[in-house]
Amino acid sequence: MLNKNNLIKIGLIVVTGIVLAILNATLGRYSLRILNLAGIYIILGLSLNLINGFTGLFSLGHAGFMAVGAYASALLTMSPAQKSVNFFVKPIVPILANVEIGFLPAIIIGGFVAAIVGAILAAPILRLKDDYLAIATLGFGEIIRVIFTNTQSLTNGALGLKGLPSYTNTGYTWTIAILTIIFMFSLRRSSYGKAFMAIREDEIAAESMGIDLFKHKLLAFTIGSFFAGVGGALLAHLMGTIDPLMFRFLMTFNILLIVVLGEIGSISGTIVSAIIVTISMEWLRFLDGPIDLGFMVIHSVPGMRMVLFSLLLMIVILYYQHGLMGQDEITLEFLKSKLNKFKKKEA
Amino acid sequence: MSYEIFLQHLSNGIALGSLYALIAIGYTMVYGILRLINFAHGDIFMIATYVMFYGVTMFFMPWGVAVVVAILLTGALGILVERLAYRPLRNSPRISVMISAIGASYLIENLSIVIFGGRPKAFPIPEFFNHVSHIGSISIPRANFFIPVITVVALIVLLYIVNKTKTGMAMRAVSKDYEAARLMGINVDNIISITFGMGSMLAAVGGVMWGIKYPNLIPLLGLMPGLKAFIAAVIGGIGNIKGAVLGGFLLGMSEIMIIAFLPSLTGYRDAFAFILLIAILLFKPDGLLGKNVTEKV
Amino acid sequence: MKKLSLLLVAVLVLSLMLTACSAPAEEEAKVIKFGVFEPLTGANAAGGAMEIEGIEIAHELYPEVLGLPIEVVTVDNKSDKVEAANAATKLVDKDKVNGIIGSWGSSFSMAAGPIVKDAEVPALGTSCTNPLVTLGNDYYFRVTFIDSFQGVVMANYAFNELGATKVAIVQEISNDYSVGLVKFFTDEFKRLTGDDDSIVYVASYNTGDQDFTAQLTNIKTLNPDAIFAPGNYSESAMLIKQAKELDLNVPFLGADTWETPEFIDIGGDAVNGTVFSTFFDSKVPLTPESEIFLKAYRDKYGKEPASVTALAYDGYILMRNAIERAGSADPNAIRDALAETQGFDGAAGVISLDANGDAVKNAVIKTINNGEFEYLTTIAPN
Repeated sequence: MLNKNNLIKIGLIVVTGIVLAILNATLGRYSLRILNLAGIYIILGLSLNLINGFTGLFSLGHAGFMAVGAYASALLTMSPAQKSVNFFVKPIVPILANVEIGFLPAIIIGGFVAAIVGAILAAPILRLKDDYLAIATLGFGEIIRVIFTNTQSLTNGALGLKGLPSYTNTGYTWTIAILTIIFMFSLRRSSYGKAFMAIREDEIAAESMGIDLFKHKLLAFTIGSFFAGVGGALLAHLMGTIDPLMFRFLMTFNILLIVVLGEIGSISGTIVSAIIVTISMEWLRFLDGPIDLGFMVIHSVPGMRMVLFSLLLMIVILYYQHGLMGQDEITLEFLKSKLNKFKKKEA
Repeated sequence: MSYEIFLQHLSNGIALGSLYALIAIGYTMVYGILRLINFAHGDIFMIATYVMFYGVTMFFMPWGVAVVVAILLTGALGILVERLAYRPLRNSPRISVMISAIGASYLIENLSIVIFGGRPKAFPIPEFFNHVSHIGSISIPRANFFIPVITVVALIVLLYIVNKTKTGMAMRAVSKDYEAARLMGINVDNIISITFGMGSMLAAVGGVMWGIKYPNLIPLLGLMPGLKAFIAAVIGGIGNIKGAVLGGFLLGMSEIMIIAFLPSLTGYRDAFAFILLIAILLFKPDGLLGKNVTEKV
Repeated sequence: MKKLSLLLVAVLVLSLMLTACSAPAEEEAKVIKFGVFEPLTGANAAGGAMEIEGIEIAHELYPEVLGLPIEVVTVDNKSDKVEAANAATKLVDKDKVNGIIGSWGSSFSMAAGPIVKDAEVPALGTSCTNPLVTLGNDYYFRVTFIDSFQGVVMANYAFNELGATKVAIVQEISNDYSVGLVKFFTDEFKRLTGDDDSIVYVASYNTGDQDFTAQLTNIKTLNPDAIFAPGNYSESAMLIKQAKELDLNVPFLGADTWETPEFIDIGGDAVNGTVFSTFFDSKVPLTPESEIFLKAYRDKYGKEPASVTALAYDGYILMRNAIERAGSADPNAIRDALAETQGFDGAAGVISLDANGDAVKNAVIKTINNGEFEYLTTIAPN
């Protein structure tokens, strides 16, 4: 299988790794943090894209599954001493009090717990359509948050968890992000991926082609929840502290924004928009402060950033229904054809 | 639980339930005609309370005038939202329309934060509503008598419009089939605008009553009532006006009664509505008063 | 795999370009930088705005230290934990501040905790009262007392002043502040009464809830002597209003969040007679510094300052004082000086920091009378 094309790809991944290593060594903490966040948002964006984009299940409960992954992994990596400091209102359930495992197994367990919760919750409601499904999944997000707020001896409730080891680094986030990207591409090419997209286009037609709707929808939802859990685990260990309020609907909205801006269903679109959204969220900080235009100073209007982002979402959905990236994936062929067009124009 | 305490819970439940019902009527109307969850409904409802606030405190309108202004402006806002966010997507996939609805909702919320500020404001309550009646040991604030009455009046007026007027007939036609309605000479866009306007005006009435009962105005005020009204509409059978009233009533009542009978579960209260919703969707997806609609190819 | 190819390069070029935009600024030794991180937008914007006022006043009064001008770098944490961590990282990394002041809201301060510890930059919390903020973190201090003290103060008030033996609690379960206070209040009240059943009922609500009639009706059947209901001021005001409508006429006890004009606006007549603990009262100056602060504040804003404004002011002057004592703007030297703070005169009382970095200081108890806040008494730590 080591043909020329595959060699190029492996080479590119190596180059990517080297560039990331250089970035990791040279960037300051702040830029690194953004780089890490971008990697995490790629994972989260792709996982929502799998559910919403590939399979056409409009899910709004993503933040809830992230919370499951974040809490599951955090409770496994925190040292027993940290746990006893945190749980001062009610002691932690004894089973978890003395557990302490490494980061990688904790991420994977976090992902699996999220996947199991996702599968259990989704199974009964997957026959619902469109907006009913959207509201039911939104309900899941809320229900998970409410439960985590109340289970004081398991999650420490509203007090949140503090003192998580800060394991997340560029190596973890981007290795997992790249693995997620590769996984999503191969999933889409597989018969499962084709079945997902058939369901998205026309459920009844897909069913009559012999595709088991329930099985495939459940699979998409479960895989999506798994990656949401992984993303949640990475975010938790980047932050060093989590609480249920972090996983409000706003978090789902941010991820949805990434998916929509990058064109629902497009993998490369999601990746690029995850990076752009993460960076511009920081970059546009100046909008909330006073803006000096040289000839006049606009007084600071806190909240302008979010207005801009919701406007952007509206504009994209109304006028560029194929997202900012258009429907094409960015591929070698795509770039070549663009390049050729450009050359022709030059001539 | 003593009999009197039960009656007190019952009276609280009726007040909350009829308030949900009032908002749900507007929600279900819009859904009935467009088959679209109008996520912005709760935000339109929120705007009505702020119009009241600024009308009374900044423009010194008499309270009654402010109510009329709030209802009219909110109706206009509803029509505007439909024009800008929903009409361009009439022939697009459902998922796009839903995202547009979420976007519209977020835009209104964030703009409100910028314009009104994040600090809470106190809704102006006329002296008239500050009275509390006592029947035996049960206390009933005056607003609690008015809300059910207004809900019933709104229900009757709406049923009359939908069933007895030409516009209502056109609405029913549009909700059955756009194309057929258009071919029958109905201006579909106009009818949808009218429906949105009416739904939003009802939201404004709900907003005013909400403000009197819960005078704490914040830009995110509409979020939960909006979702609960939607859940109420689903419970009753979405698109069904009588069903919305029944659903709202049941939802409000059960939120109160669960806490009354299981006092240790107060922390989970916000999850009840969603659990109820999921249960209804599973066992009676067309709602209590909904018609069975089989899937067409 | 087929489509992976150039995609990765595109991603990398992009990330390189954009992260390069935020490359660290050049070192400037000519000024001393105080980083301030506060919620300026989002749900807690109001709290952030009040604290910024205090910092601005302090900066106007004391613009220099060690002969160098002080520059205040303010960043918004958007009332969001992820944003708070980003904002704090920006301060230590890009702005290279010498010390950090903030924030309103314990959960945002907790998000900044690992960052300041890792970067070895001292942080001084203003009104964050959750014990977890400073625990196990040598670089986080605060100018305020913590929830445990406030809970104890209110339990003592209920037991000694009100003669209460049965108390019902309404907590805002999604708010760490409220849950923490309830815990300390409960422990102390049970200790005082010697009765494990003295807390007759614990009801909960979520931030943003508006209807509390079911919880309150349940409480009514239990006839408590008082209700302890710390939480967000707007929800608390609605809660008390609905209690009065249900004829539940027992005293409501709360904590510092209630000290905002909106609490009275929304609650109306119903909140008269409520009692809460807080940091400071502008009518009872505690130190010479209080007078200086009050005069400057009244001159500039023409109104009375909120407690948290005074605390933010204290955050600034204590940070400046630590630099003076250290004789250096080196973050580690500042940290060491902060840790040794004893008997420092702040506007909101005398500050001594304990081993955890928490201030040990007086609490003030206030009530509301005819729609005005009124000073009741001052309680010293024991």
